[in-house]
Amino acid sequence: MTARPVHVTLNGAEREAMAEPRLLLIHFIRDVLQQTGTHLGCDTTNCGACTVLLDGRPIKSCTYFAVQADGKKITTVEGLLSNGKMHPLQEGFREEHGLQCGFCTPGMMMSALALLERNPDPSEAEIRAGISGNLCRCTGYQNIVKAIQYAAAKMKKGATA
Amino acid sequence: MTPTTPEVGGMGHSIKRREDPRFLQGKGNYVDDVHLPRMVYGQVVRSPFAHARIRGINTEAAKKAPGVLAVITGEDLAKANLAWMPTLFHDKQMVLATGKVLFQAQEVAFVVAETQYQAADAAELVEVDYEELPVLVDPHRALDANAPVLREDREEKSNHIFHWEVGDRQATQKAIQDAPVKVALDAVFQRCHPAPLETCGCVADLNTATGRLTVWLTSQAPHAHRTLFALVGGIPEENIRVISPDIGGGFGNKVPIYPGYVCAVVASLQLGRPVKWIETRSENLQSTGFARDYHMTAEIAADRDGKVKALRVKTLADHGAFNAAAQPSKFPAGLFSICTGSYDFPSAFCEVDGVYTNKAPGGIAYRCSFRVTEAAYLIERATDSLAYELKMDPAELRRKNFIPKETFPYRSPLGWTYDSGNYDAAMKLALDMIGYDDLRKEQAEKRKRGELMGIGVSSFTEIVGAGPAHTFDIVGIKMFDSCEIRVHPTGKAIARLGTKSQGQGHETTFPQIIAQELGIPANDILLEEGDTDTAPYGLGTYASRSTPVAGAATAICARKIRDKARKIAAHLLEASEADLEWEPGKFYVKGAPSKSKTIQEIAFAAYTNLPEGMEAGLEAVDYYDPPNLTFPFGTYICVVDIDKGTGEVKVRRFVAVDDCGNIINPMIVEGQIHGGLTEGFAIAFMQLISYDEQGNVQGGNFMDYLLPTAVETPHWETGKTCTPSPHHPIGAKGVGESPNVGSPAAFVNAVVDALSHLGVRHIDMPVTPWKVWQILHQNGIS
Repeated sequence: MTARPVHVTLNGAEREAMAEPRLLLIHFIRDVLQQTGTHLGCDTTNCGACTVLLDGRPIKSCTYFAVQADGKKITTVEGLLSNGKMHPLQEGFREEHGLQCGFCTPGMMMSALALLERNPDPSEAEIRAGISGNLCRCTGYQNIVKAIQYAAAKMKKGATA
Repeated sequence: MTPTTPEVGGMGHSIKRREDPRFLQGKGNYVDDVHLPRMVYGQVVRSPFAHARIRGINTEAAKKAPGVLAVITGEDLAKANLAWMPTLFHDKQMVLATGKVLFQAQEVAFVVAETQYQAADAAELVEVDYEELPVLVDPHRALDANAPVLREDREEKSNHIFHWEVGDRQATQKAIQDAPVKVALDAVFQRCHPAPLETCGCVADLNTATGRLTVWLTSQAPHAHRTLFALVGGIPEENIRVISPDIGGGFGNKVPIYPGYVCAVVASLQLGRPVKWIETRSENLQSTGFARDYHMTAEIAADRDGKVKALRVKTLADHGAFNAAAQPSKFPAGLFSICTGSYDFPSAFCEVDGVYTNKAPGGIAYRCSFRVTEAAYLIERATDSLAYELKMDPAELRRKNFIPKETFPYRSPLGWTYDSGNYDAAMKLALDMIGYDDLRKEQAEKRKRGELMGIGVSSFTEIVGAGPAHTFDIVGIKMFDSCEIRVHPTGKAIARLGTKSQGQGHETTFPQIIAQELGIPANDILLEEGDTDTAPYGLGTYASRSTPVAGAATAICARKIRDKARKIAAHLLEASEADLEWEPGKFYVKGAPSKSKTIQEIAFAAYTNLPEGMEAGLEAVDYYDPPNLTFPFGTYICVVDIDKGTGEVKVRRFVAVDDCGNIINPMIVEGQIHGGLTEGFAIAFMQLISYDEQGNVQGGNFMDYLLPTAVETPHWETGKTCTPSPHHPIGAKGVGESPNVGSPAAFVNAVVDALSHLGVRHIDMPVTPWKVWQILHQNGIS
């Protein structure tokens, strides 16, 4: 299959590489652009480990072609840090013990980020619904909910300060 | 135990995890993140049939496909005597099929290509000529005269694998005969799969110049795996390095050695290039270690006042095509004989028969200490059956029969010596936390109004921390574990263990043990596991054994260092060793506390100012052989409401009171309990690997194999009691598996309780809305 150039803005950096039309976005990000923070868990859009933001919207990159992302902005877990400082979500996950093996965490935080951007003050039920496309096998979600609540409070404080 | 300051962070402090910063920034290093120069990719060709003879394999088209470097078949492996490999339990398993296939998705060929996509394309081009054979799916038919004999390679022409029994058959028989009250329960603990979010995989890299093989492996037991690679592959053990990097969950799935690993190693030997093989999710669910599949019957005999007299258990175990159970070699049914649970049975008898079927091999300990989950589920369900028979409250019946706390150490009728327990205290706390009496009143009122509400109680006892060397080994290797600590001149330290964290937080908790014992701040101690070149030998992390065994090794190892530190301190303080007192972090002279030396000062002296004749350095290693297992316990209570229209079960509340002895890090323990309860919830209501009549696996991907999301998962309420293990150096017991062992019965008991007035006594897991709706419909309720 003929490869063609795909141009993306990955975590603020302009990146261009060749991709076969069938190349999945997850493989483009992990293997071609070599950002391995985003994980592959199920291949069928169920587990959400591969969640990234595409022009700000969460998508599951295991069932999305790299060529479809051409010209778009992608945010992954590697883009959360700003000026060496942890994002409130990263801080919240650590403070509230919202992760164990860490495999679902990058995708989980991307879904949470999208949720908080559209709903800065979610209820517990809204948080649970907001991350229902992301499976975690370790934590039982309770501390993930707390981590997102922590981040919401901190981001709100940051916005009003 | 002297408390340490938060800065030191010894036992009992909820310090934040050392491993989090890298995971939170996408800087973890999982096996699939390993990328080596000249690396190529492997893809397994799998059988579409559950039972078929292989008439021929044509690899010509695949070999000519773009990028293909090798296509390996079972016949190729047979030339190197590698077509079969030993399982972890007295059996062997095909690496790549020769002659016939025995389960759907069995490994048939291995294609290696320059890219992952090319390997997948070429795998489609491997032509296998199959002749279908009669399929055996139902384990109850396995021993029928007309059942196909699956394993032609074995001398015994039968599908029977083993018979195992323990206890007093006659005494139990008599007690059951004589008892005024008896109940029987048939219960299936369904086949399910641990499904960690990271699938299994490896990168095998043979350096052709040095002959050294490095394997990055999703392994819960890297040292044992290195030895097995050496024994099976004939590679000198010093030339093998197994690295188990960050692991994305294990839950028992990553204990066995899988054919894909062996194929990747063979391909790397053949090509002289690094070979990566990573399972897809379907491959993971369809071919790697399943769990449970126990078809059980329990009979309990009792007095009319509810005092239990005897327990008899008979079980048929479906092991699939090969007996690949990962468990201690003397225990064909693992530690299933813990099935008398928390109750003082005067007599008991337990027997298990294992059979082969045309299903994936396994029988692994899924978040469980070797069949303990099956045992706890059975006794906790059967106890409820007895409560219904006696018309007695299930909590009251349990309290009447608990092993009294004064009788520990307690010898069970099936041969275990329980180290400690205080079951009634955990029960009482759980009843209080949930407000049991009020809930029973509410239930009675609701029942009058036709509403369905149920309360389920489970008072489990676990048996973990395998195990004492006189009884416990896996393929002959004794089940000790180990720790090595080196204290550097500046007072910082590195510790290495024979275990391997898969999310349990070892990098945080084991330094806390050292901090407790030596007073070196936990944050000054780096903990490493998983690299067989550097870590001391150990059997790995599963069966809740890390804290009971390696945790004990860590404490003892730190104490060895403290003994040497005392000698150095005596030298520095010009005092006799006997005159020194220890408090976490320093030695001081008795009666003169200002004359003291900190552990950091002592560490510096260990390299700069030693007593004459003492060897330099401050390090130690300990290989710990536990004197007994540990016996965590708890009481779980679940409250459910059932929707009469849909049969949907809603878990309204769930209280979990655990007793895991002394706690290293309460935050991490609570996280483990949340996770274990969620997996128990998933097993009770969702997780099922089933097969149709042709042996096609149902539940072979995440669309069909259901896992709970944040929406379905209940809110967990936790409590604790503390009964330290008397034989463990820090009084700990292990906790990761308790909630998964104890909770399935609490969920099912609650659902059955809600329907008990309709005469319902049991529902097999997973308790789906469809099953419940059918019951409601039959009773004219829905």
